[in-house]
Amino acid sequence: MLYIKCPHCGLRSQNEFAYGGDASVKRPELNKEISDQEWDEFVYLRKSPRGKHLELWHHVSGCRQWIKVLRDTSTHEIFNTYKSEEKVG
Amino acid sequence: MQKYSFLSLIKNAFSGHKGWEVAWKDPTPKKEYDVVIIGGGGHGLATAYYLAKEHKITNIAVIEKGWIGGGNVGRNTTIIRSNYMHDENGLFYEKGMDLWRSMSQDLNFNIMFSPRGIINLAHSDAQMNAYARRGNSMRLNGIDAVLLDREEVKKKVPVLDFSDNVRFPIFGALMQPSAGTARHDAVAWGYARQADSMGVDIIQHCEVTGFDISNGKIQGIKTSRGDIKTKKVGLCVAGSTSILAEMLNMTLPIETHLLQACVSEPIKPILDHVVTFGAGHFYCSQSDKGEMVMGGDLDGYNSYAQRGNLPTLQHVLTEGIAMFPFLSKLNMLRTWGGIMDMSMDGSPIIDKTHIAGLYLNCGWCYGGFKATPASGFTFAHTIAQDRVHELNAGFRLDRFSTGHLIDEKGLGTKTWIS
Repeated sequence: MLYIKCPHCGLRSQNEFAYGGDASVKRPELNKEISDQEWDEFVYLRKSPRGKHLELWHHVSGCRQWIKVLRDTSTHEIFNTYKSEEKVG
Repeated sequence: MQKYSFLSLIKNAFSGHKGWEVAWKDPTPKKEYDVVIIGGGGHGLATAYYLAKEHKITNIAVIEKGWIGGGNVGRNTTIIRSNYMHDENGLFYEKGMDLWRSMSQDLNFNIMFSPRGIINLAHSDAQMNAYARRGNSMRLNGIDAVLLDREEVKKKVPVLDFSDNVRFPIFGALMQPSAGTARHDAVAWGYARQADSMGVDIIQHCEVTGFDISNGKIQGIKTSRGDIKTKKVGLCVAGSTSILAEMLNMTLPIETHLLQACVSEPIKPILDHVVTFGAGHFYCSQSDKGEMVMGGDLDGYNSYAQRGNLPTLQHVLTEGIAMFPFLSKLNMLRTWGGIMDMSMDGSPIIDKTHIAGLYLNCGWCYGGFKATPASGFTFAHTIAQDRVHELNAGFRLDRFSTGHLIDEKGLGTKTWIS
């Protein structure tokens, strides 16, 4: 069982969350010309690293906020969690 | 190579079984090979075998970080089928079925292929219609498909829950009678033994640490046991593909996810077929030892840990008990996990890359085991001829950017949703 510390609600079990994938993926800017390659990168291509991974989770059975989680994909250790708008440096 | 037969068994029995040769050698890597296959799983070993058998290339090394049969080829639920609707998948996997049927003879190794049939349950009229359509598509591609009504399913699998008050009543099923199971370890061992006998070096406990590329061409690889020169490299590393891709500065349309499976304690024969749940993701068959072999959904988040978490197992087995209420009385013998290379459309990738001499075989999602022979066969062709075989022509790497997705299950692009 993963235990994720929601920045709004505190420590909760993974059963309350839904996964949202790589949080470092950026949607192309809407107000400029977007190439096929940019769409490809946004929609399909993923780094899928082994090790530290910043990812989105949705506290769907809790406060229903999207949050960011810094987690190790090989050990499942969770280092830190952030509010969705927080800058992760 | 020593041939395995009834006669050789008797002969060796009289000499106290001291006369058996090793099934494959443990060579030291040479300085140079014509082809290097990275990954000594089912697909890598099959690729080496078909390169030697079909294309007469025998100066090959198969580089394996762990040991033969220690990865997904030894962790799957052994199901073999070709019940796909789209031509790209149907024809590819049906070629695989042909190879499965003759594999024990071809490899002189009993892979215990058991064509017991797969039954996909339907739980609504709409699902019956969808299955009728899929069955028709299969038959057009020469794959056997039979639509079963509720009574026919009841006759074949009486232990399913046919009571009146179930949440997902059984309306019928789509069956592929020629589908089945095989002994997964034997597949790895059989391919390894034959490849070795034709001159392929199987190098275990050797990790790839880098690639030597100049002028856009592959020149060799760096490993924990020294540098190896080669003009052609084939990647068959399933869940570890993204790690090697990072060394190659490539970003791929795949994510590595965790999939669990489990077996119950052994019981007397009760289930004659492979049966899948139609209202969720659960599948079950009974092994020759009597264990119920079960699997289902991914854990749902990126993972390289080859071990899973209990919430997913509980979710999967809840579906199992809904199908087979008797499962709730069984003890669990063992659970385990493996890491899957989940592609963005649920279909695999077997293709050349932008680097000359580098070939890619990945994106097998839930279904790499059944693909083993067809994957090896077409990947060997792709490497030897430097062009794709017609059977893997659809499994292109650039199909995502060009919009030629093979959306067999309509799962969409978010692998964690599937």
